Amino acid sequence: MSITKITRWATLGLAASAAVAFSIQAVAADGIDLKGKTVEWVIPFSESGGSAKWSHFYAPLLSEALPGKPTVVVKFMPGAGSTKGANWFQKRKYKNGTTIFGSSGSTQFPYLLGDPRVKYEYKDWNVVMASGTGGVAYLPPDLAKKFDGDADDLKDINFIYGSQGATRLDLVPLLAWEMLGLKVEPVFGIKGRGDGRLMFERGEANIDYQTSSSYLKGVAPLVKEGKAVPMMSWGSLDADGNIVRDPTFPDMPTFKEVCDATAGCETKGEQWEAWKAFFIAGFPAQKMVFLPQGAPAEAIATYTKAFQAVHARSDFAEISAVRLGKYPQMTGDMATGALNSATNVPAEAKAFVLNWLKERYGVTLK
Amino acid sequence: MDLLTTALPALGEAFSLILQPQQLTFLVLGVLLGLSVGVFPGLGGIAGLSLVLPFVYGMEPVSGLALMVGLVAVIPTSDTFASVLMGIPGSSASQATVLDGFPLAKKGEAARALSAAFASSLFGGLLGAFFLTFFILIARPIVLAFGLPEMLMITILGLSMVAILAGRLPLKGVAAACMGLLVGTIGEADAGGSLRMSTYSIPYLTDGLQLVIVGMGIFAIPEIISLLRQDRAISRDATLGAGWLKGVSDWWNNIWLSIRCSLIGVIVGVIPGLGGSVVDWIAYGHTVQTTSDKSGFGSGEIRGVIGPESSNNAKEGGGLVPTLIFGIPGSGSMAIFLGGLALLGYDAGPQLITNDLDITYTVVWSLALANVVGAGLCILLSPGIARLTTIRFTMLAPFLFMMITFAAFQSRQSLGDLVALFAIGLLGIFLRRFDWSRPAFLIGFVLSTQAENFSFQAYQIAMSKFRRGADVGLEYIFSPIVIVLLIITVISIIVGIRQAKSIMSEGDVPVGAKRAPLIFLLCVTVYFVISYFDAAAITMQTDRIFPMTIAFVATVSCLLLLIRMFLAPKEDVIFADREAAGEDAEAPQGLWRTLAWFAVLLILSSLLGFILALAIFFVAFLRIRAGRTWARTLLLTAGGIALICFMAGSLNRDFPPGLLQAFVELPWPLGGI
Repeated sequence: MSITKITRWATLGLAASAAVAFSIQAVAADGIDLKGKTVEWVIPFSESGGSAKWSHFYAPLLSEALPGKPTVVVKFMPGAGSTKGANWFQKRKYKNGTTIFGSSGSTQFPYLLGDPRVKYEYKDWNVVMASGTGGVAYLPPDLAKKFDGDADDLKDINFIYGSQGATRLDLVPLLAWEMLGLKVEPVFGIKGRGDGRLMFERGEANIDYQTSSSYLKGVAPLVKEGKAVPMMSWGSLDADGNIVRDPTFPDMPTFKEVCDATAGCETKGEQWEAWKAFFIAGFPAQKMVFLPQGAPAEAIATYTKAFQAVHARSDFAEISAVRLGKYPQMTGDMATGALNSATNVPAEAKAFVLNWLKERYGVTLK
Repeated sequence: MDLLTTALPALGEAFSLILQPQQLTFLVLGVLLGLSVGVFPGLGGIAGLSLVLPFVYGMEPVSGLALMVGLVAVIPTSDTFASVLMGIPGSSASQATVLDGFPLAKKGEAARALSAAFASSLFGGLLGAFFLTFFILIARPIVLAFGLPEMLMITILGLSMVAILAGRLPLKGVAAACMGLLVGTIGEADAGGSLRMSTYSIPYLTDGLQLVIVGMGIFAIPEIISLLRQDRAISRDATLGAGWLKGVSDWWNNIWLSIRCSLIGVIVGVIPGLGGSVVDWIAYGHTVQTTSDKSGFGSGEIRGVIGPESSNNAKEGGGLVPTLIFGIPGSGSMAIFLGGLALLGYDAGPQLITNDLDITYTVVWSLALANVVGAGLCILLSPGIARLTTIRFTMLAPFLFMMITFAAFQSRQSLGDLVALFAIGLLGIFLRRFDWSRPAFLIGFVLSTQAENFSFQAYQIAMSKFRRGADVGLEYIFSPIVIVLLIITVISIIVGIRQAKSIMSEGDVPVGAKRAPLIFLLCVTVYFVISYFDAAAITMQTDRIFPMTIAFVATVSCLLLLIRMFLAPKEDVIFADREAAGEDAEAPQGLWRTLAWFAVLLILSSLLGFILALAIFFVAFLRIRAGRTWARTLLLTAGGIALICFMAGSLNRDFPPGLLQAFVELPWPLGGI
């Protein structure tokens, strides 16, 4: 039972509550020692997504690393494809460092594509940590036999893919498969990537992709049983911004390698640049932690230090490998750099994707 | 036998893990927490679990599991209090319980209804756990056999229950169900994201309406307003009749029904993607179909409580299968539970069954044990809590208004929640007044998204299979499971239509003048027509077909009803109107004046924030409407506000902020989010 709970309960005598609560707030305003506080980590998604897993992984570790060991509570605020929570956060002003926000690729994409619901601006926020991830596409064993590093023999297959929507992160795999010349028909309207995997397991879908942590948990066992075969990873970025093999899956070819090997697929030009831009926005800096606008330098420093302490734990590599995959967990300038690459895509890439969404799927973002 | 040799040692291991004093203490702690959270409608397991999650990290795994499982297990048990005593469906698990549970409370048999419900819950939970112990080992291929066509058929089976609950005029039931389906399509379409009956300038609508709000608006608000107008206790003569022992023996006399409904619960719960929303109605429909004297349903038939309650706890057990084997949570609370499991170092997935069968069984049997403890406690508590039904309703009403407003706000934490609650409540009042089937509406609403998505997705996949060959396609659509479900659905519709006339799920409704029912029907028709054209204007075909079809069917039903209205004399059942005669018409207080009180609370909340509004509302209501002394009034006000602050404070929840909070920064609990 935390002190905050008790102080909160102490305010219950309603008559005195206003006065009591005022004094508590006044004490809370100085410094960034979070002793006895409750940090609310707002996640703009529901309880069942990848962001929930990510925040549940970090919350207790963060709680131990922050000065004063505050309780860190994850609060879900789903709605409007995460734009609701992000819009809410945009209106927050820094108060005492007890509100942080976790954004994801699905928050970045509407921002990049000019979704009319977006009323938030990443430049106003203060990034304190960025987590990368990757993704893996996989096939059923019978079709995987036709895949030998290039997709040439897969072009006659009618693929079905369970998708959450073309404007979400699914944009990256859908565009990638199209570039390879695969005929993939997305079945829209599934609730999460877990459902997509289930469709694959039931034989209704015959191509799928999962982000790394879900792949490790849900698909790797299928691969072991011989019910699925990995096709390619999206890859990962090196220091110079080149796509290289994903350190979590060093044995898998990247999409770039497969594309190079496949007839008709180009790793340069407009289409490739657009894919790369959205891949970078969606994966290498997929999930970020922000302090609200107006956060003072000491608050940013406190959180940065706390996350650094988490990453420096002797057991971090071990516990994170299983639950997040082996990806850069960035703080400080690295995080700022990741934020920049995730929230700036070239105008041509944006225009290409918007047009592609309209032509191919009839989706327009008014 | 192979099954037994795998299961038994792990089972023994699991029991030795659970049956330790420390583990049991945590289990009971979880149960107590769950009960106190669960009695508040709309909060449910998510709030409770989020509360304990920060403490779970670093706990000894079995203790942590016991704490979380105890908490999750009793939510569908404890929300029975609200649905039986107040007619508030606290979650999707208690929608159908309201239908007969609340009328029983009104008859003064609350204690009987509650104890029958809890006995059924307890039994359902135990049977579910027993079944699961073996089933979980072989579940994977069976679960995978349920593809989209099968899920679509189950959804249709759920929808077919409308036939039974349609009321005296089947067409009106169809129209009510269509209305539910259409209200369910409001907002962004799942498939293509097109907007239906909403606009980006009202962001609230784009996400659609939430079940908590629709359930409370359709069932609870009309009943609360009606009771308040009559100014009496919930129990008609303010007494408690049959006691809790009667309830337990009622359950025992219907043990076979309870077994069958538990099995329905486990089986439907096992299928991922359906959630709990259909279970209740399938169980209720089954109960009605297998009861020889159907006249009591809707006006307090104890079997109508036993059926759904047996199924909904069994469903929680069944729901563990997709959650644990596939790592796909069936509900929000299960999702957080998985998060907690990960904190303890266990990952859901097939490997959990193969490598950690003892842990799996620990979860399963902790669930059963928590059910025993929770339901047992509830049975003991029910005679006491049932006394609430003998209190004069004007004293209870402010507390109920406070609770439903708070609960509604938890769904989106937006003022829109309060507006939606009021609007749906108003609709509920009219549906009740003119005898349009409210259960049919709710079934439609609950199954709308599933019906649309599954049918579209199944169609798309079937088309692709047909392209591969007609036999592949046919095999996909007409699997043995689909055929069996199809037969059950057809039988249930035929039986339902035959029997619907004898089941008055809303009791007998008097008829009166023609004008009011006609005006309401015209308004409804206009809504359908507008929906039709709104849907027709959507460019994406995937997002257009479903609402267009439903709106078309609904409009046709309405036109047929209109024709009947022109032809029929004013004594015809089509002119049902509760304001024409009977309890409502003779109530000492007017409808609008009573409703205005609720409106005042909502408007004040939007201006001053929830807590300040509550203070004013409580004082005004208790002084003016209930005529209490100043001392009493202030005492009750302080009590009510302290209660809600305690709840919200300990669960880390916020209150609706008003205009005032936009200008002035106020401390908790007066401030906003």
